[in-house]
Amino acid sequence: MKSKSLVSIDQCSKEDILRILENAAKFEANPNRKLLEGKVAATLFFEPSTRTRLSFETAINRLDGRVIGFTDASTTSSSKGETLKDTILMVSNYADLIIMRHHLEGAARYASEVTNIPVINAGDGANQHPSQTLLDLYSIQKTQGTLDNLTITLVGDLKYGRTVHSLIVGMSHFNPTFNFVAPNELKMPDEQKHFCDKHGIRYHEYTEFDESIIDETDILYMTRVQRERFTDMEEYERVKNVYILKNDMLKNSKDNLKILHPLPRVNEIAYDVDDNPKAYYFQQARNGVFTREAIICDVLNIPVN
Amino acid sequence: MSEKKKELQVAALENGTAIDHIPPAELFKVAKMLGLEHTQNTITIGNNLQSKKMGTKGMIKISDKFFEEDVINRIALIAPKVVLNIIRDFEVVEKRPVELPDEVTGLVICNNPKCITNNEPMLTRFRVIDKEHGTIRCEYCERKINRSDIVIK
Ligand SMILES: [Zn+2]
Repeated sequence: MKSKSLVSIDQCSKEDILRILENAAKFEANPNRKLLEGKVAATLFFEPSTRTRLSFETAINRLDGRVIGFTDASTTSSSKGETLKDTILMVSNYADLIIMRHHLEGAARYASEVTNIPVINAGDGANQHPSQTLLDLYSIQKTQGTLDNLTITLVGDLKYGRTVHSLIVGMSHFNPTFNFVAPNELKMPDEQKHFCDKHGIRYHEYTEFDESIIDETDILYMTRVQRERFTDMEEYERVKNVYILKNDMLKNSKDNLKILHPLPRVNEIAYDVDDNPKAYYFQQARNGVFTREAIICDVLNIPVN
Repeated sequence: MSEKKKELQVAALENGTAIDHIPPAELFKVAKMLGLEHTQNTITIGNNLQSKKMGTKGMIKISDKFFEEDVINRIALIAPKVVLNIIRDFEVVEKRPVELPDEVTGLVICNNPKCITNNEPMLTRFRVIDKEHGTIRCEYCERKINRSDIVIK
């Protein structure tokens, strides 16, 4: 029998999501628990990502587990032509759990098919990064007291931004209303809009980022607008400063508004926003550790009390 | 055109399978999909034949060969209107349209170069998400591929 893995947010039912978030809250109340005592977790970062790796390794350490792994595939056998399958099977002999990031899309799904130990996808190219989505959901639930009936405004690169696509899937169980704010070149793809239509999710599209949209928003989710995403440089020059959030844009916003960002940010949130109590992106990253503790216990079927 | 003349467009078959109504542009792809280059059976191929329904069409007749359903259904990936004629003793004993399976394994190449299936010795696997339009989705990278963009291994 195949073990339980977390490869994509699509595989999570509403019950799965709520269970993981409930456990994440327990870890926030008491992060240090000896639930992984005697267990070894492998963090295989075929593609480096310091932020994600530190968050997972902190989670493992707080659970009293041990970590093995690598952070750069050029120092491992995969650079000598070893297949992913061989690397995964080798590591499966040593570890109880694999957490992996890979630049190729579908790598984590394939790994979960060849091994008998659980695999957690910590990002496969532009495809999936489910622990990011779950920590976003945890941050939303924690700051709003609920996931239901919220108005969520997504700003910036909605075309290539996998975090916003996954957030739509994750929120689809909770009757959200979305505002999509993006330049024409980076607007939300039809596939995601069809998904919303199919699931009865309301959405509105805007190219202008103005205060009237912010004022009706519960969660403002900012993303980076990257120069390399544009084919038309004139368009980039025209829009690069349009999707920047400044503190004075928040003066009439709702009291419960929180601003999220998957980080790292470049300039899409002005520094004067950081001191606004509605800025939540640094706490959001902190929530990642609790969410990942909950995910690790979930795939290993370890109960959390 | 009379039945007689129509029949003469491609040599008659005593026993075997006649695959009819293949779009002319897809004929050789269909032949490749069925692995016909490796078979020793007598094969007659006609292409750009006149067709009332399609204008022109292609047809493949294979003697003494009856395909497994899941093999023949793969044709539906690129040529959904194909009709299969099972022939025994010069008579068409069964006429059957092809139908897309729910899953297609090891046949289609994913057209995402960053997909794991293009970088690892492994079988591809696609889920058919829209049978009518022939849209499939890679089970690994989740890329959607429309019928016109499907590349056969
Ligand atoms: Zn693929």
